[in-house]
Amino acid sequence: MVKNKKIKNDDLDDKKRLELYNTQYLIRFSEQRAYDLFLENLVKGTSHLSLGQEAIAAGFACAMQKNDKSFCTYRGHAHTLARGASVVGVIGELMQRDCGLMRGKGGSMHLTDTSKGVMGSYAIIGAHLPMAVGSAWRAQYLGHDDVSTVFFGDGTTNIGAFHEALNYAVVYKLPVVFVCENNNYMEYTPIESITAVKNPAADRASAYGLESIIIDGNDADEVFRTAQKAYSKARAGDGPSLIECKTYRQSGHSRADPGSYRPNGELDHWKKNNDPIIRYRERLLEFGITQNVIDDIENNVKIQVDKATEEAKNSPIPPESILTTNVYDNGGWAWRN
Amino acid sequence: MAQLTYREAVAAAIAQEMERDETVAFIGEDVAKAGGVFKATVGLYDKFGPRRVIDTPISEQAILGAAMGAAMTGMRPIAEIMFSDFLAVCWDFVANEMSKSRYMSDGQLKCPLVVRTGNGGGSRFGAQHSQSIENWAMAIPGIKVVAPSTPADVKGLLAASIRDNDPVIFFEHKSLYAIKGEVPDGEHVDTLGTAKVVRKGKDATVLALALMVPRAVAAADKLMAEHGIDIEVIDVRTLVPLDMKTISSSVVKTGRIFTVEENPRLCGWGAEIVSIIVDELFWDLDGPAVRITTPHIPLPAADNLEDIAIPSVDRIFNKILEVLN
Ligand SMILES: Cc1ncc(C[n+]2csc(CCOP(=O)(O)OP(=O)(O)O)c2C)c(N)n1
Ligand SMILES: [Mg+2]
Repeated sequence: MVKNKKIKNDDLDDKKRLELYNTQYLIRFSEQRAYDLFLENLVKGTSHLSLGQEAIAAGFACAMQKNDKSFCTYRGHAHTLARGASVVGVIGELMQRDCGLMRGKGGSMHLTDTSKGVMGSYAIIGAHLPMAVGSAWRAQYLGHDDVSTVFFGDGTTNIGAFHEALNYAVVYKLPVVFVCENNNYMEYTPIESITAVKNPAADRASAYGLESIIIDGNDADEVFRTAQKAYSKARAGDGPSLIECKTYRQSGHSRADPGSYRPNGELDHWKKNNDPIIRYRERLLEFGITQNVIDDIENNVKIQVDKATEEAKNSPIPPESILTTNVYDNGGWAWRN
Repeated sequence: MAQLTYREAVAAAIAQEMERDETVAFIGEDVAKAGGVFKATVGLYDKFGPRRVIDTPISEQAILGAAMGAAMTGMRPIAEIMFSDFLAVCWDFVANEMSKSRYMSDGQLKCPLVVRTGNGGGSRFGAQHSQSIENWAMAIPGIKVVAPSTPADVKGLLAASIRDNDPVIFFEHKSLYAIKGEVPDGEHVDTLGTAKVVRKGKDATVLALALMVPRAVAAADKLMAEHGIDIEVIDVRTLVPLDMKTISSSVVKTGRIFTVEENPRLCGWGAEIVSIIVDELFWDLDGPAVRITTPHIPLPAADNLEDIAIPSVDRIFNKILEVLN
């Protein structure tokens, strides 16, 4: 469990802090909305929420520059929103409407918005780590100054692609940042029961000559600072970083998973004592930001998400004509003449 | 026209494309300083240096994933998977990732990359280094599948694959690397999705791919010489996109269709083509469609056993003769 380290936070200005809070709150409120829409059967298929993990998405995204690239998992709503993708585009995609980011062709697990640097969300565990490495290779090769960040869970550290990607990135000193969101669970199984080491990402770092970095993933400031450091290092040509963020998933793994595998009291404990939003709100007040300013942020987010929800509800379903579009580069699907 | 070997044509195509396009780079195991285990990329490292011709770790997932990430963000990488059998350890990237990202993102992502791989039998390497897996690739929507049979086609089709904006799986046949052939001088770029009539004939159409093409032609020549049977042989060249126009117009003319396939029988590439022909040209057929394939077995190492497993000139000759008589 993570202790809330007392860090002096005076290195961040109010503007950055409000941006971090706004981003976290937008994710929190949108994810709650996604859950409600799922229960209403308006979000179909599946959905994987980042409730309780908002500080990680916010901290990294707020430290990125515009041309930086994000590679996400199926638990990617948070990272997509954090990069500034349109809320109606995200909610519309969860609802599989024509207004969705990918017009309903990808669905909740594959959110993509290349215009915001979100290079896709991938649902095969581990696959997007080598992709982020390749994107970083391109940056190094073409002399671009962007960094690629890949977000993944604790469970992902046990698949081969994780290890291949780390070795590869270190060998070529690529500008890529590996971010493990350790939320304690691989689906329904506690991560420590199926992993050889205590800290699934950080304890593997030394195998690849990397610094072992563990941070409080529920403290947006700490995440932001760590991200900034990793990005400066990558942009300076000093290679990749692997960062393990301790956090906790307050929602089920997916859909309406009730989380009956959790020990009694665990969820309550995290919600009460280590909720990133509550903690950050307290910090804002501590730093002299008024309740009014906080209320304004929250109200604006609510208005924004309500509006997006309405818009998505009113959006048509995707037309049947797009069933066979964009299979190949010519826009179609023809595999023969 | 220059005489090049099949393997020299590989290097020639990559060099041609690297010279004209800075975003083309090449990665794989032992491909740079060593020039590849099949020596198909000799000279590229010396010519283009370590920035563009890169030796990688034994990390097939990282190789294809890296190629994909680079392709998605502006490069045209070529990735080598040494033996096509090894694609099984990174098949996720072929089956789930590079083939689907364009569709899932509704066109936001594209993957202009080429996966080159040594395919096919004849080397007495046994079941894990000899397979013909072009039919696995053909089963996946979203990728293109190429398997050339001559040095000229290697150069032209590889160049076309590199320029193509879709992911291409490029199957080089291990038993063809040493063959020589004329390759057009200067820039040579062919067209994906075009089959080639390599031997004109009127009595039956025989479709073949890669190593099976020279064998089908040899069998056809023998049938002509010994029995006056006039076979039209088509080198299919690319399975996706599939040039059904060339195939169909030949079948309409001959009324008979044979396929010669190195992949094991079930769901081999010829099965799909035969089903299309039965669908569309049933009334043009004068007899059953016949597939000549490797039996549905893992490949043995022993030369005598491998030789009876993979369709040989004699087997092709005998089967066609038996069916047409
Ligand atoms: C290769 C592969 N194996 C299994 C799954 C099924 N699966 C989906 S999510 C998941 C758990 C992943 O856990 P973790 O990496 O900790 O991420 P989290 O869901 O906690 O964010 C599993 C096993 C999958 N999608 N891909
Ligand atoms: Mg997890």
